[in-house]
Amino acid sequence: MITSLKQRRARDNILSRLRAAPQSAQEAVPDVAAYYREAPVVTAGSKVERFIEQATYWHAQVVEAGVDAWPEAVLKVAQDKQLRRILLGRDSPIGDALGRVLPPDWTTWYQGDWPLCKPHLFDEVDAGITSTVAGIARTGTLVLWPGAAEPRTLSLVPPVHIAVLFASSLHETWLDAATVGNWSARMPTNVVLVTGPSKTADIQRLLVYGAHGPCELVIVLVHDEPAGRGTT
Amino acid sequence: MSAHTHTPEDFKPRSREALADPRLRANFRATMDFLVERRAAQFADPAEYARLRDLGEAIRRHALANLPELLEQLERKLAQRGVQVHYAETIEEAQEIFAEIAGCHGARIMVKGKSMVSEEIGLNQAMEECGVECIETDMGEYILQLDGDRPSHIIMPAIHKSKEDIADIFARHIPGAGHTEDVNELIGIARKALRRKFGQAQIGVSGVNFLVAETGTLVLVENEGNGRMCTSVPDVHIAITGIEKVVEKLEHVPPLISLLTRSATGQAITTYVNLITGPRRPGELDGPREMHLVLLDNGRTQAYRDERFRSTLQCIRCGACMNHCPVYTRVGGLTYGTTYPGPIGAIISPHLQGLGATRDLPTASSLCGACGEVCPVGIPIPELLMRLREAARHPVDESGHPPLRGQGAAASQLERLAWKGWRILYSNSRLYRIFAWLATRLRWLTPARQPGWTQGRTPLRPAPHSLRDLLAARRREQAALQAAAPSARRSGAGTG
Ligand code: SF4
Repeated sequence: MITSLKQRRARDNILSRLRAAPQSAQEAVPDVAAYYREAPVVTAGSKVERFIEQATYWHAQVVEAGVDAWPEAVLKVAQDKQLRRILLGRDSPIGDALGRVLPPDWTTWYQGDWPLCKPHLFDEVDAGITSTVAGIARTGTLVLWPGAAEPRTLSLVPPVHIAVLFASSLHETWLDAATVGNWSARMPTNVVLVTGPSKTADIQRLLVYGAHGPCELVIVLVHDEPAGRGTT
Repeated sequence: MSAHTHTPEDFKPRSREALADPRLRANFRATMDFLVERRAAQFADPAEYARLRDLGEAIRRHALANLPELLEQLERKLAQRGVQVHYAETIEEAQEIFAEIAGCHGARIMVKGKSMVSEEIGLNQAMEECGVECIETDMGEYILQLDGDRPSHIIMPAIHKSKEDIADIFARHIPGAGHTEDVNELIGIARKALRRKFGQAQIGVSGVNFLVAETGTLVLVENEGNGRMCTSVPDVHIAITGIEKVVEKLEHVPPLISLLTRSATGQAITTYVNLITGPRRPGELDGPREMHLVLLDNGRTQAYRDERFRSTLQCIRCGACMNHCPVYTRVGGLTYGTTYPGPIGAIISPHLQGLGATRDLPTASSLCGACGEVCPVGIPIPELLMRLREAARHPVDESGHPPLRGQGAAASQLERLAWKGWRILYSNSRLYRIFAWLATRLRWLTPARQPGWTQGRTPLRPAPHSLRDLLAARRREQAALQAAAPSARRSGAGTG
């Protein structure tokens, strides 16, 4: 109680000090859209090609797949990498399709009080699979909206993160993705932009992948764009 | 352990020590050169850089111009999202808030992502005193914490340590860790040790890069993933930052992040950009159940209240100014004895800690202007340094601004007298003439050692003849020449 009174006073003091300060001359409202409109546009290649180039540059592995065959592409990744304990969200938009293809004894559904078992999550999972809400061509970035269907830790804790990205959801910049997706009106509890696997250069500037998050990021890029590969 | 006792008062003796340490200098030189190059590669097109910087500056200035309103808007939004907002005027108040939350939850372990503001309030120490272990999880910070050392750079905290140092630290402090100098293995050891802690901790602590008022969003950028761990795994998340970090709109964030990551490490984007808008909602299986945001003043309102210093608060903590600073590169970050070293430290620390303790920091600059040139949000750092120097020298501000904390701390009676004498001498021609006559005759009396000046320069000594004497002599000479050869007059005048 005492603390909250104290905090109330702190708040009032801080705000009144700010208010008492001389007003700056009215600052121009920043025009973000104008900057991006006039910014030099990279036009080499299609959005898909640029996304692949950038994502690969950031050390993600990109696997391309047709619109009907992507669950099999995910399976192949699991087989190649010998991932036997795979975690995924039951209500995820890709959950059903993957559930049909992945062997049941390889899959664990992230549900119920499973997250209470932190040791399981931290020590016994080989990979987590998530959907994505968008991709960003300029930086090879994935946009994730973790939530009830796909918990935050699903893309973070397992050593391998497999993300399914539909080419039709690619945008040039993340400002585009946020504007088109009207994020500011409907922010979920968590949005994460992911560019490559986790990394650190804290020891002598030497780059090491797999700092605290995934050591590997595999992007299964689904070609669902209307005119096939090559549209921008 | 001596690192803990560093204070800004010792800046001068500490910098002398640092200059005499060739290994430290080589480490810093190499790292700064590396960061400078990486940044330059990102901003290869100066016109594009200028436009982005102008935009970034406009966003920050706009936010500061509306700061009280934006804070209130942010508070409303966060309250709607179920985030508890706490204001702290001082370091002690911020510590109390943490202690109280930890007490409520009976927390024994806190995991912490990289946060300079938590460093500013000495969180680890304060928590230890209430029996809570506060564990750094950023790889660099973790290494330093194990060794009882402090960060020397705001982006690369452990650059003063070599991998051999780190191998020793791990072997000594992490149970079961063998001795290895392989960097991959070292990171693997730390990863494993810290994963256990993420699972055990009741509270996760993080800093914030930007706060978005319109949505009530906390934006965090990082490469390692420990920030995401701290904000996703424990049941309680406490974020702490300065009151100046707020921007108005979500669309203001992408350009600022682009400036931040490109200036800081030369990356177009970090591995993670984490946008957090509230604790977990019903149905969600993870994420904190409870979220707090601590907004710290600690002297920021002093910088805000005076328009000449307000731009200090535009800072997005990229570290570019220190990477490019010839002084910082030579003396290293620990020498400053403040949370924020380098040029940004020299302009912000006087507001946080008062000019009394920090009076030497604004003088730690050659005023070469590099910091101001690379600052991605256009803070005129050299100008601010000059103003702080002046404030440190003059107890009373002639322009009528309210004095800064510790204003006049570096004022010297002797210096004031010297200037007074100077003024009298230079505004009275008779006195000046007598002085010049004496100075040129008695120049042999000037001491060879002049404190402050002769440390790095040859002694000052009056010229053998004053300008007035020289001119008079020349006039006499010319007159003699003219008398001897009047026809040479025209051409002779031209060569004078
Ligand atoms: S003052 Fe400018 S250059 Fe220095 S850390 Fe802040 S934003 Fe970066």
